[in-house]
Amino acid sequence: MSVAVDKVSVRYGARAALSEVSARFSAGAVTGIIGPNGAGKTTLLRAVLGLQPLAEGSIRILNKELAQWPRDGLARAAAYLPQGGEAKWPMLVEEVVMLGRLPHRPRFASPSAADLGAVREALERCDASQFAHRRMDELSAGERARVLFARALATGAPILLADEPAAFLDPAHQLRLMELLREEARRGGTVAVTLHDLPLAARHCDELVVLQQGRSAAEGDPAQALSDQALAEVFGVAALRVPDPQGGRDIVASFRRI
Amino acid sequence: MDNTVSPLRMTSVNDRRRAAMTFALLGLAVAFACWSFLLGPSEVSPRDLFVGLFDGHGAAGVIAQQIRFPRTALALVIGAALGSSGAALQGLFCNPLASPDVTGVTSTAGLGAVLALYFGFAGSSVFALPGFAIAGALAAACILYLLSRNGAGAVALILAGVAIASLATALIALALSFAANPYAMSEMVLWMMGSLKDRTLSDLAFALPLTLAGLALLLTAARGLDALTLGEDAARSLGVDVTSVRGRVIVGVALATGAATAAAGSIGFVGLVVPHLLRPFCGYRPAQLILPSALGGAALVSAADVAVRLIAPDGQLLLGVVTAMLGAPFFLWLILRMKGER
Repeated sequence: MSVAVDKVSVRYGARAALSEVSARFSAGAVTGIIGPNGAGKTTLLRAVLGLQPLAEGSIRILNKELAQWPRDGLARAAAYLPQGGEAKWPMLVEEVVMLGRLPHRPRFASPSAADLGAVREALERCDASQFAHRRMDELSAGERARVLFARALATGAPILLADEPAAFLDPAHQLRLMELLREEARRGGTVAVTLHDLPLAARHCDELVVLQQGRSAAEGDPAQALSDQALAEVFGVAALRVPDPQGGRDIVASFRRI
Repeated sequence: MDNTVSPLRMTSVNDRRRAAMTFALLGLAVAFACWSFLLGPSEVSPRDLFVGLFDGHGAAGVIAQQIRFPRTALALVIGAALGSSGAALQGLFCNPLASPDVTGVTSTAGLGAVLALYFGFAGSSVFALPGFAIAGALAAACILYLLSRNGAGAVALILAGVAIASLATALIALALSFAANPYAMSEMVLWMMGSLKDRTLSDLAFALPLTLAGLALLLTAARGLDALTLGEDAARSLGVDVTSVRGRVIVGVALATGAATAAAGSIGFVGLVVPHLLRPFCGYRPAQLILPSALGGAALVSAADVAVRLIAPDGQLLLGVVTAMLGAPFFLWLILRMKGER
């Protein structure tokens, strides 16, 4: 198991953000983390990366306790794309993506051929090569999101944790993003992604972790985790499902409030 | 082998452009330093001055070693300290308006220097004046750091800087009101205005190592500043020790700005202006701006010090006044431009 979260609790002051949450992110699979606003999705990802101290529980990454990972080692093992990330200076796109190589580069060293290759590949995979030497402030929100995703891919980490990467993307690029996540998984990577778009999650994730008010509400394959009962209890909605014309899983077409 | 122009080859083009710019700034700083060294009321030939600088013989030797050289070298050192501090602070706070003077760091360093003079510590040890100035700079930088950690935005940080600077100015005024004698008072006023007049080798002896130490700290934090452009979580996930980066920038800025202010008083706006002037040539990555900003600051302060003496050879015009007169309108223009962008 690439990432094993065992009975993890996280508190912000007196408020419990996560309460005894357990989850597994497997190599070769795309795990979606879903839940209503404030359910603890981002906190779970931050906890896995060691960005959030645990009140209780334990996290193992690639069979090693989180606390035993050296800072650089963990950065090479797990890439993170934070929610709503932005480059705060209008740097060149290629410079932003090159930041993903920081864990691999000795201090004061120029980018190696491997770094340049990884950046080039990440840009190509995210369909962002054409604006590699444009400034970030010259791009649309969706283009910036693709660049930041390329930055996470450029790290070349076996684990990829992405927080709401589909926000700001048009439908075509949302699908391309999910394909990229699938490609990472197919290459043996471990992918965990928080998503608000339930149809997207249902269709493209292998496993889902459903959080509600900081607790695990459901876990399993999308059909299980997004059952009518789970949707009603966690999200307060009922789903209208239609058969997939291509013979895949039923597609969640829309919702209505219960 | 792929013969197409790969987008990433632009990186090396940018690197070459930055390297060329860095050498150009170095050349500019050296040129202004030479001009500054040769400029003065005494009619000594350039050849005698340069010879005197190394052998120290005769009037030319005294002028070169005791008067011209300290002033010239201090202009370079102070400019480098302020330029690099401005670039690092702007990188740390991700805020184009941050600089040692706008954030109040220079004012509290000045307050430290004035307190050292007021209480007589400055006379008892050569380290007292820079020590107090650095402590003052450190205090302001720490307050700003705490504010930024609590989520203060660009405007809040600048307002905090205004408050810190106002408090420091009020305390300096209080010290002036109770100054022991007119000489002490005039010395304190001089520190508030900023000047390189009558600096000595002993001023250079403390300013140079402290500035170099500060600059070295800032350069070690450079890579972390690049990562911080993506936000704190992303930087930490890239293996950056964000707390250490912040600490190094704050101590580095305090050392450099404190030393600069202790040596020459408050010289404003250099740290604000220089990084902005260089970004079109060096790019926006904070790491690649620190060294060019140090060289640009050195060139700018040397140029301003030359201008001060060309405009008013009698020494009535102070360096800090000139930089403020040029820098303040630039600051207003920056604010207007930021408003326009929003």
